Amino acid sequence: MNTLFDKIWDAHVVQNIDDGPTQLYIDRLYVHEVTSPQAFDDLRERGLSCLRPKQIFCMPDHNTPSAGNAIRDDVGRRQVEALELNAAEFGLTHFPMGSKDNGIVHVVGPEKGLSLPGMTIVCGDSHTSTHGAVGAVAFGIGTSEVEMVMASQCILQQKPKSMRITVNGTLEKGVTAKDMALYIMAQLTTSGATGFFIEYAGEAVRALSMEGRLTLCNLSIEMGARGGFVAPDQTTFNYLRGKEYAPKGDDWKRAVAYWQTLRSDDDAVFDRELYFDAADIEPRITYGTNPGMGIGITESIPESGGADFDKALQYMQFEPGQKLLGTKVDYVFLGACTNGRIEDFRAFADIVDGRRKAEGLTAWLVPGSWAVHRQILDEGLDKRLEAAGFELRKPSCSACLAMNDDKVPAGKLCVSTSNRNFQGRQGPGARTVLASPLVAAAAAVTGIITDPRELMKP
Amino acid sequence: MKQKFNIITSTCVPLPLENVDTDQIIPARFLKATTRDERFFGDNLFSDWRYNADGTPNDDFVLNNPAFSGCILVAGKNFGSGSSREHAAWAIAGYGFRVVISSAFADIHKNNELNNFVLPVTVSPDFLAELFDSITHDAKTLVRVDLPQQTVTNLSTSHTEHFQINGYKKYCLMNGLDDIDFLIESKDKIEAYERG
Ligand code: SF4
Repeated sequence: MNTLFDKIWDAHVVQNIDDGPTQLYIDRLYVHEVTSPQAFDDLRERGLSCLRPKQIFCMPDHNTPSAGNAIRDDVGRRQVEALELNAAEFGLTHFPMGSKDNGIVHVVGPEKGLSLPGMTIVCGDSHTSTHGAVGAVAFGIGTSEVEMVMASQCILQQKPKSMRITVNGTLEKGVTAKDMALYIMAQLTTSGATGFFIEYAGEAVRALSMEGRLTLCNLSIEMGARGGFVAPDQTTFNYLRGKEYAPKGDDWKRAVAYWQTLRSDDDAVFDRELYFDAADIEPRITYGTNPGMGIGITESIPESGGADFDKALQYMQFEPGQKLLGTKVDYVFLGACTNGRIEDFRAFADIVDGRRKAEGLTAWLVPGSWAVHRQILDEGLDKRLEAAGFELRKPSCSACLAMNDDKVPAGKLCVSTSNRNFQGRQGPGARTVLASPLVAAAAAVTGIITDPRELMKP
Repeated sequence: MKQKFNIITSTCVPLPLENVDTDQIIPARFLKATTRDERFFGDNLFSDWRYNADGTPNDDFVLNNPAFSGCILVAGKNFGSGSSREHAAWAIAGYGFRVVISSAFADIHKNNELNNFVLPVTVSPDFLAELFDSITHDAKTLVRVDLPQQTVTNLSTSHTEHFQINGYKKYCLMNGLDDIDFLIESKDKIEAYERG
């Protein structure tokens, strides 16, 4: 009567400390340039090495420019250089900026087959929850904890409570995993799952592609959850088969046989269970300054809310009760670890085909990794995007967090496929509307917030 | 950074906002550092609220209000949501806060505070509301946080609440020990685990 979370957790317990946390063994540590330099420094200061360097994979992503080759600001460049030097000094695998292996850590991990079912996976980054899509227990940690994992391949954690979110039924055409996540979040609020680990289940979740599941799990943290995952199934195995680091030959067969056992028992008891109906979900947009402040695209902003509500609307320059359809859009960002995968580019291209980028609008189309970039070229998506007046940029976190050159100017409205609409997240004063790649594409060709279903071929 | 914890009695800085995310605690542009310079992060704590666009202090923000001071930050529910950046905890510690009181903390940020010897104290929504009330009424309101007893007391009303912290973490805080010391010493257990 165990949940899948219990099974994976229990299989990684090194010891339970009396009246304290669990010492949990970690299979994979991913490292990026922003949250790691202080961890490496402290290791050096303490005279420690990495206990299991082969289980640690480093790649820069946050500072990477999406245009041009050089990082223009000194400190950003130093972070990227520090990661390269640190990886070399501590004997860790490093995927350098601009190399064929590089990309956003949460895009690269799954697509290389580094993130596998049943694993424990951590990274100094809250969106590590993304990797849960392959059926792993994956969660974000702080820099001190990064150092702990480097030094001991373990972490001390209090076991979270378990929550199962079941989405029954079928998503309508034009409604994506992003909308599902934004919908659940609006019901739960951004702290509704604090202290929990989420298992996503139900017909509508099963029907999602691996890309869709990665998007859904990515947003778990925005509900306050420690992480979220989907039990592995045939979709997972098909996705992982043949991936660079996935097991091969007999190892593969043995692995799949094990992975097939990774499911919650029928009588498993969760601390909390929630049920949603996929038919209730329409394309979503956010109107406020946290990702839970969202509405269906045809709905109006609520009439009232708490003190945060007023502050958020003031920042966003929206009115209570206002409909957002038809609102002028200045920027569109397709990308981030939320929606920077091949399926997202296909969806965007399908909408813009035969149309033109709106006059005066700036669009950043940024693949999540060089592998995605290659596939875009292989499929000829770049040609279709170019024909509509769009330009493909280089893999990066880009406009997701205003750490590189891609910043939305103050006051400008950006429809963004990323995961956070916090004040200033895309640049000081920038106004962010979170949405799916379809909503982003519809805005990109019309210049206003538009229901993508109106632009989709029947 | 490693400061031993016992009993702290201090005035408080009130921040009665909910869902204060780590992008507000320390905006991403300040993550461009390769060191753990507490002064730097402390100076930029709540930067976008604290300073106007031209770099001058925003008089409306509580950290610029001379009436409020002390090493206890009292904040609305869901404090520290969003990004995992430990820089947020460094900024809080760097500014000089040793305790943060809220009715709910985001999980990752809570661990980050603990790992930086800042004590997150979770209180009931009622206790928090009363605390905000007392502090806005009288900025000199003192609050006592007693880690050994695991109690927090609003000295202006004498209301006390018990707060949760596990025995292991309490021991670490009271003795200035961190998790890395503990983990390294468990190497035998780690190797035994790896052998299966
Ligand atoms: S794309 Fe955005 S959310 Fe994802 S890792 Fe990069 S900065 Fe973080």
